[in-house]
Amino acid sequence: MNNQGGGSIILGTFLLGYILSQMPLPQFAEWFRPEWVAMILIYWVMALPERVGLGTAAVVGLGLDLIKGSPMGLNVLSLLIIAYLTLLLYKRLRMFPLIQQAIMVMVLVGINQLIFNWVHSLMGTRSDSLIFLLPAVMSAILWPWLFIVLRGLRRAFRVS
Amino acid sequence: MHQTRSYLSLLITPLQWLVDTPAQVADELSDVLVDRSQLTDENRRLRQEALLLKQRVLQVSALTAENVRLRELLNGRQRLEQDVFLTELIGVNPDPFQHQIILNRGSEDHAYVGQAVLDSGGIMGQVVEVSHYTSRAMLITDSRHAIPVEVNRNGFRSIALGNGSVNQLELVHIPDTADIREGDLLVSSGLGGRFPRGYPVAKVVSVQRDPGEPFALVKAQPSAMLNKSRHILLVDMPPQADVLPVTPVPVHGEKVKPKPEEFESPESAGE
Repeated sequence: MNNQGGGSIILGTFLLGYILSQMPLPQFAEWFRPEWVAMILIYWVMALPERVGLGTAAVVGLGLDLIKGSPMGLNVLSLLIIAYLTLLLYKRLRMFPLIQQAIMVMVLVGINQLIFNWVHSLMGTRSDSLIFLLPAVMSAILWPWLFIVLRGLRRAFRVS
Repeated sequence: MHQTRSYLSLLITPLQWLVDTPAQVADELSDVLVDRSQLTDENRRLRQEALLLKQRVLQVSALTAENVRLRELLNGRQRLEQDVFLTELIGVNPDPFQHQIILNRGSEDHAYVGQAVLDSGGIMGQVVEVSHYTSRAMLITDSRHAIPVEVNRNGFRSIALGNGSVNQLELVHIPDTADIREGDLLVSSGLGGRFPRGYPVAKVVSVQRDPGEPFALVKAQPSAMLNKSRHILLVDMPPQADVLPVTPVPVHGEKVKPKPEEFESPESAGE
């Protein structure tokens, strides 16, 4: 019963992440879009490593591939790597203060962006500056708020 | 593989519609919340525009008839008729690496991969992926896109490449001596068989002739409003095999058996 409800909350947050990650933004702000889905995945893996793991990352990544129209498996790969790293780190991440967590999130999302840039450069659309790392910085800036909101959700609905 | 993808895309179609809803609501609201004087103003303007356009259509029909006669005299082929479908933009690809838009017509509405996408200003791009109710079109400014163009003034042909910035196309391999200037209109040349011929693509904004470089550096600005248009046209081109009929000509009594169609529509252009 409890499990069931928790599942729909987790699914709901990922759906919200999908919506936020394809909200239209003005041209100048396109690079400022944080990687919502990756951040939400990091939170759930950190909070509930026994429920949300590599399997979830793969399924969520597939959805993101469809949304972004990227080659199938690109987001699966990058989210799998992020989820795996978070699984290795979650005990330490939970102990960190929010600022330090945010820095770790920046590193994790930065790895995500690097994988993206590598695959894109294989296909011929390479970014010619380091601007592709900007979403990682934005994700780090927004992390404390996202963390507090998701923790509130998790406690309110007793997802465990 | 493509089939799987289009079926999987069905899952996110409602999500795409949902994301588009606020924009749609805002559109409706701005339609409702206007006062009478604005409406009458708009009405008058549209009527004037309609009158002007009608006058032009009258001219065009006379010119078309003349064109057909001249082509018959020259023994040329008929110009191909093109059907146009109206469609609406429902999303933009969130990935800034890719200039793609999402349209609300899919394979159920007979959209197909390779279809040319226009707006009122000119060519926007081509359809690259089709799902059942939505499709994805690559814009001409995407850095993986290229479109064959010609200068409207003198017919000089070139290829316009997207370079990843929204308002710029680059023309490559233009000799320093080529007759191309600022302000020239580039129209689609129809070579390559992907795009219909004669639609405006871009306007040349700068020509740099550096004696140290092998080619001139020509930049152009797309004439379609790539990041503003919401109402978009899909052009239905007749299949390529119709344009290039392959019928072997018998030579000096030697009998040549007609071969089955060898030419298929090229799939690689622009991908």
